[in-house]
Amino acid sequence: MKLAEIAGILDAKIVCGKQPADDEIKFGFSSDLMSDVLRLDAENMLLITGLANLQTIRTAEMADIKYIVFARNKKATAEILKLARENEMVIIETPFSLFKASGLLFHAGLKPIY
Amino acid sequence: MSFNIEGGNFSRAGYASSEIKKLLKQLNVDPKTIKSIVISLYEAEVNIVAHAYRGIMEVEIDDKKITTRLKDEGPGIPDIGMAMQEGFSTAGKRVREMGFGAGMGLPNIKKNTDEMNIVSTVGVGTELIMVNYF
Repeated sequence: MKLAEIAGILDAKIVCGKQPADDEIKFGFSSDLMSDVLRLDAENMLLITGLANLQTIRTAEMADIKYIVFARNKKATAEILKLARENEMVIIETPFSLFKASGLLFHAGLKPIY
Repeated sequence: MSFNIEGGNFSRAGYASSEIKKLLKQLNVDPKTIKSIVISLYEAEVNIVAHAYRGIMEVEIDDKKITTRLKDEGPGIPDIGMAMQEGFSTAGKRVREMGFGAGMGLPNIKKNTDEMNIVSTVGVGTELIMVNYF
């Protein structure tokens, strides 16, 4: 799935980064618990989370996750954006709940990791 | 190479692991191996920030392996067997608010390292040694 399609479905704003032209986002994982995110083994994954803090970005950095959706209208702070840019990540902000965002993307064909 | 880790400072948590990740990339280590290494480093770094007063991360890299020694001054772990069980945690509210404290850290370090050794003294601190082969 392309980023523009995801942003459209989520009525979302891409606040940082862009998708490389040949990258396809295949999987989605929704969690506020970074401990669980650190246990995943997946590539081309979108992380949907309501936890908007620096540790979300650090976790994504360690787990090689490039795409992050902040749900529940959470906003990325300047500090978050700076670290995300350093790591060439894409940050998307959606007003939808974690449940709604996940449901819409699942319905549109984004695959679960398990 | 060594890094000081400050207990309780979540805005710095991950800095040392991030620096090691950059270095391993420069050394052209296989990306899957890098991921396992940095995930265990980061879990260990977050453990010190979450539980200890202060700590130090010492990293040694040669052509075959990376060895990391994390030594902290902190409350120590009374029962390492319990701490190694998934879901067991003594983390407080603040740690949980940061997205951690689910009792997955040490089990996840074990999963991502080739060798892991942990020694702890209650009231003094904890020492964790991790080895990953390239």
